[in-house]
Amino acid sequence: MARFLQAVADGISGGAVYALMAAGLTLIFGVLDIINIAQGILVVLAAYLSYALSVHLQLDPLLGLVITVPVMFVLGVIIQWAFIRRLRGRERTAMSLLVCYAVAVIIEGALYAEFGGTPVTIHMSYATSPTAQVHVLGFYLGYIYLIGFGLAVVAIAGIYLLLYRTKFGRSIRATTQDAVAARLIGINVDRVAAVTFGIGVAVTAAGGMVFGATNAFNPDSGYDLISRLLSIVILGGLGSIGGALVAAMFMVTVEEIVNIWQPTWAVVVYYAALVIVLFLRPNGLFGKKAVRAQ
Amino acid sequence: MTTARVWQWSGSLLLLAAAAVFPLAFTNPAITNYGVYTLIFVAAASAWNIFSGYSGYISLGHAVFFGSGAYFTGIATRDWHYTGSQVFALLPLAGLVGAILAVPFGLLALQVRRHTFVVMTIAVFFIFQLMAYNLATTGGTSGLLAPTINYNAATYNNPFYYAAFAIAAGTITLSWLIRRSRFGLQLRAIRDDEDRARGLGVRATQVKLSSFVISAVPVAMIGGVWWYYTTLVDPSSGFDPLFDVAVALMAFLGGLGTVAGPALGALIIEPAELYFQQQVSSGYIFLILYGALFLVVILIMPRGILPTAGELITKWLTRRKNGTRPTGQRPPVGASSSEVDPTTDDSQGQSPRASTASGLA
Repeated sequence: MARFLQAVADGISGGAVYALMAAGLTLIFGVLDIINIAQGILVVLAAYLSYALSVHLQLDPLLGLVITVPVMFVLGVIIQWAFIRRLRGRERTAMSLLVCYAVAVIIEGALYAEFGGTPVTIHMSYATSPTAQVHVLGFYLGYIYLIGFGLAVVAIAGIYLLLYRTKFGRSIRATTQDAVAARLIGINVDRVAAVTFGIGVAVTAAGGMVFGATNAFNPDSGYDLISRLLSIVILGGLGSIGGALVAAMFMVTVEEIVNIWQPTWAVVVYYAALVIVLFLRPNGLFGKKAVRAQ
Repeated sequence: MTTARVWQWSGSLLLLAAAAVFPLAFTNPAITNYGVYTLIFVAAASAWNIFSGYSGYISLGHAVFFGSGAYFTGIATRDWHYTGSQVFALLPLAGLVGAILAVPFGLLALQVRRHTFVVMTIAVFFIFQLMAYNLATTGGTSGLLAPTINYNAATYNNPFYYAAFAIAAGTITLSWLIRRSRFGLQLRAIRDDEDRARGLGVRATQVKLSSFVISAVPVAMIGGVWWYYTTLVDPSSGFDPLFDVAVALMAFLGGLGTVAGPALGALIIEPAELYFQQQVSSGYIFLILYGALFLVVILIMPRGILPTAGELITKWLTRRKNGTRPTGQRPPVGASSSEVDPTTDDSQGQSPRASTASGLA
């Protein structure tokens, strides 16, 4: 039972970081109606940025976010502006997937060129060492997980404030509801799309930093990450940020629990859960009813 | 027969003959090696197109069938002690395995549409890859090794070439038959507007599932050929996410939903890929080039070579015969539900929507 509760605690603290990365993905989907499969490799890219800053400039990864967040934001805006914006027509869904995949492959190649394939991990003496953990209510939680949880909460709260308390957030929500109508009432949909893509990618800076500090990663890690993130956003219902949060916690917790007995099959359970939920609820847990389309 | 028809037939037969004598003309094993891999992808891309191209449901899970075919052939060869050319007799069974797997896979995944469908196929793909890693019978991380064959070194590649050739030719023929059949028309109606197609009486679930199963068979068979040729399948090469994307890219480059497009895409991309892999020693430069090519194709020629070229030819012919044939019905580029392939005659000179509807009734 103690191990079970520990697994739940690990799942929730670990799930928060996935929730943050998935929130970016689902936000992009809501506004642009595309799935950014490059999100996984962008997380890895952000992790490498933090890693490089801490190794070469001795910059603390937390402090490094001041640099990595804007860098990732600008990168996101560039990707949207240069590639995604140009896609039109019937096969836009499929083509956007392929374009994002192409971007991912290019980034993967560049990361291999720069860093090689040897797995690395981000060191933070005060947070990632085995002794840096806190003992509360019978659980052991590493500081890095607490930091990750805190970062995720702050970032998600920030996104919520942006969406529901600012004028720009209102134009994002309007575009999510109906892009054509939003354009008609004078919203600059292209700018909204670019900024949203930028925000969705910028969250990978924080996510990547925590991911890199809690896992050994190499350029190949992007595949594993994106398949998890996709499962989470689909399970939560595409376009629903709240759904992504719940689904992230749920999926990571389930995986941690299965991991107690069956480490080899934990990941299978993860995807099986997705398939079963989608079979019962094709729109995910919190998805809106799909519009007539295909 | 119209002149265009004659050209099409003679061109296809000529290509077929050229492919059939290719290993006799070029006996260098390094060249026939290109031939084998290219035909493997011609078959895979054409088969993928039978489902994804015609129905518009983009599957990124066909590597499930490729890997399963490879693993089935490997396991059967090991357990039934097959050697030499006997192994080729297992290929139809591999196709059957692919079809059997495709039924539950399709029933599950086809509950959902668009992005969710794509993600569903990716999830099933990962389940299979993890099973290959963890099941006892698959050999785990080290995979399955093929028995050595005592073929003559100079003509070693030929049996593989002709096996792949037979599957590829069969797949393209099947694709052509489906494209001009009522079944193909129903598939394209689903692609254009699934709900309206249902309204017109298309049994959408049944049609989608059938084409999913049909497209799984050649992919599983070619997976078996691939295993025997490369002599090794392991979980990361058998169930390879790059396989799915490569197949999709080939179909997009040649022309999604056309008969010859995916084959043309494979003929262009696969030899180029093999060549680059040999020339560029480091894999990462290859990745960057591959991604860049991908972007260029999609952004410059979003509808692929064949539809674009076909449109140019039609435009040119129209200008030449100005006034003798009404062709003004073609909707503008990018408009929804346009039947863009002018090489098929079922939509020429009338509104595509009307032709789809009348064929279904």
